[in-house]
Amino acid sequence: MTGKFTVALAQVSPKLGLLKENLQLHLDTIRRAKSEGADLVVFPELSLTGYILQDLVPDVAIDPLNAPSLQQLLQASRDIACVFGFVEVSDRYNYYNAAAYVAEGRIQHVHRKLYLPTYGMFDEMRFFAMGEKLRTVRTPFGPLGLLICEDLWHPSTLYLHVQDGARVVVTLSSSPGRGVRTHEGFQTSQGWEILLKALSQFYTVYNLYANRAGIEDGAYFPGGSMVVGPVGEVIARSQTPGEDLVLAELDLDEIRRARLFTPVLRDERLDLTLRELTRIVRQRSQS
Amino acid sequence: MRLNCPLVNQVLQSFVRDELSKAGFHRVVVGLSGGIDSAVSCFLAARALGPENVLAVMMPYRTSSPESLSDARAVVEALGVKSEIVEITSIVDGYFEAQSRANSLRRGNAMARARMIVLFDKSMEFNALVLGTSNKTELLLGYGTLFGDMASSINPIGDLYKADIFKLARYLQVPQSILDKKPTADLWAGQSDEDELGFTYAEVDELLHELIDRRVSRRELLEKGFRKDFIQLVVNRIRGSQFKRRGPVVCKLSPRSVSHDFHYLRDWGM
Repeated sequence: MTGKFTVALAQVSPKLGLLKENLQLHLDTIRRAKSEGADLVVFPELSLTGYILQDLVPDVAIDPLNAPSLQQLLQASRDIACVFGFVEVSDRYNYYNAAAYVAEGRIQHVHRKLYLPTYGMFDEMRFFAMGEKLRTVRTPFGPLGLLICEDLWHPSTLYLHVQDGARVVVTLSSSPGRGVRTHEGFQTSQGWEILLKALSQFYTVYNLYANRAGIEDGAYFPGGSMVVGPVGEVIARSQTPGEDLVLAELDLDEIRRARLFTPVLRDERLDLTLRELTRIVRQRSQS
Repeated sequence: MRLNCPLVNQVLQSFVRDELSKAGFHRVVVGLSGGIDSAVSCFLAARALGPENVLAVMMPYRTSSPESLSDARAVVEALGVKSEIVEITSIVDGYFEAQSRANSLRRGNAMARARMIVLFDKSMEFNALVLGTSNKTELLLGYGTLFGDMASSINPIGDLYKADIFKLARYLQVPQSILDKKPTADLWAGQSDEDELGFTYAEVDELLHELIDRRVSRRELLEKGFRKDFIQLVVNRIRGSQFKRRGPVVCKLSPRSVSHDFHYLRDWGM
């Protein structure tokens, strides 16, 4: 593959707790993304299940190593890579808010959400276990990093992904809109845009952000899915708060160029960061 | 307090459409009082669903002011929604015939609950859900009748303060006579919300926004110039009306109780 490829952000509205219907939604969307020429299609957080699951979590959980229900989805990934969100159950009966990267007919990587918001309207830690690992996955688009929603609000996650070689970072999101007292859309949507632009520019990577549409008990998901390039520019974004498929062509050479002009990654001092972090952790445990 | 009216309008219309259709409905019934809250709810529903899918019910009592009815009619005419007048006088007076000592508060509550009975009955007839008309100021102050005007299936304006309702009403082009008049529950002649509450909506909305939305501390509120007794009055009202914002208390006996740890959204499976 050349350095150019097409991504599709599937801004869908899954139904709460209805795996079968949502699976069909994925298959239909994948087919559409394929016909639009996409090489990678990205779904939002918990796209197979809906977001505010609460006690539904164990009922919709999937063991990715033994999941007949995923077979059709895996087959669909033979000629298009796909990232989707689901509830993973582990062999210890822990439940994770997870994202899978599937390609060539199999699951290549699973990311478990690291930061579970449990404040305000969010209650994730009550129902999910925290992920413990952050790894990139090898793909035809170079090393790729997955993050889920709140993960990105801890920029250390993106920092680690990028240091681990990621050129493309995918954030799956189910972020409800909040704050209607400013001129430009939800306050939360503005927050995401600022974050994505700034982080793309700081880390000279592509950030793919897929947020869902629809509504769950009055929690309104305003979409706003977007692709931000390595100098912080919005390359493509959804123009509707409803369901949408956002297409964008990415060019890895843009990353090379961005890093020529702004070689902040080259100059990053991991040893310094690590040293100081170690000191801070030690001091905190002693105080 | 600014309000992004185009955004709020778009979101609330989606809200009405989506929450309704998920539950298998495409129509609403709304009680039109002639006041600004029910006018705004009705405007949002009519724009979201089409006027043919909105049934506005006007429910005067014998002491209701004639302006209330004419203002409600102005909303019906402006939108072209379906409408009906159901007098509640006989329902209310029929009950109070044998309750001669009832004060105006009891009578007012009974009127609000009589209207609730009509609306939920009409919702069956019209194959619709009852649209709520309680705003955030009322909900927080408990300035409404439990199982009366506070009862509904979906409420598009429950997260908007009274000041926001005025802004949205202007944006939606609610009839001018409704924008101009003083808010009243119209349960008895000459009643005024602000006289009854003892403060203005403008004052209390500003305080509620600081207290609830921004979680500003008591010390900061005093520094901002809010009077101590006013803060206390409002805080007491909020605390004293918490029961109106929650379902009935159930005693926990089993490992998993409907009221305590049975966590499912209403949109479960929709």
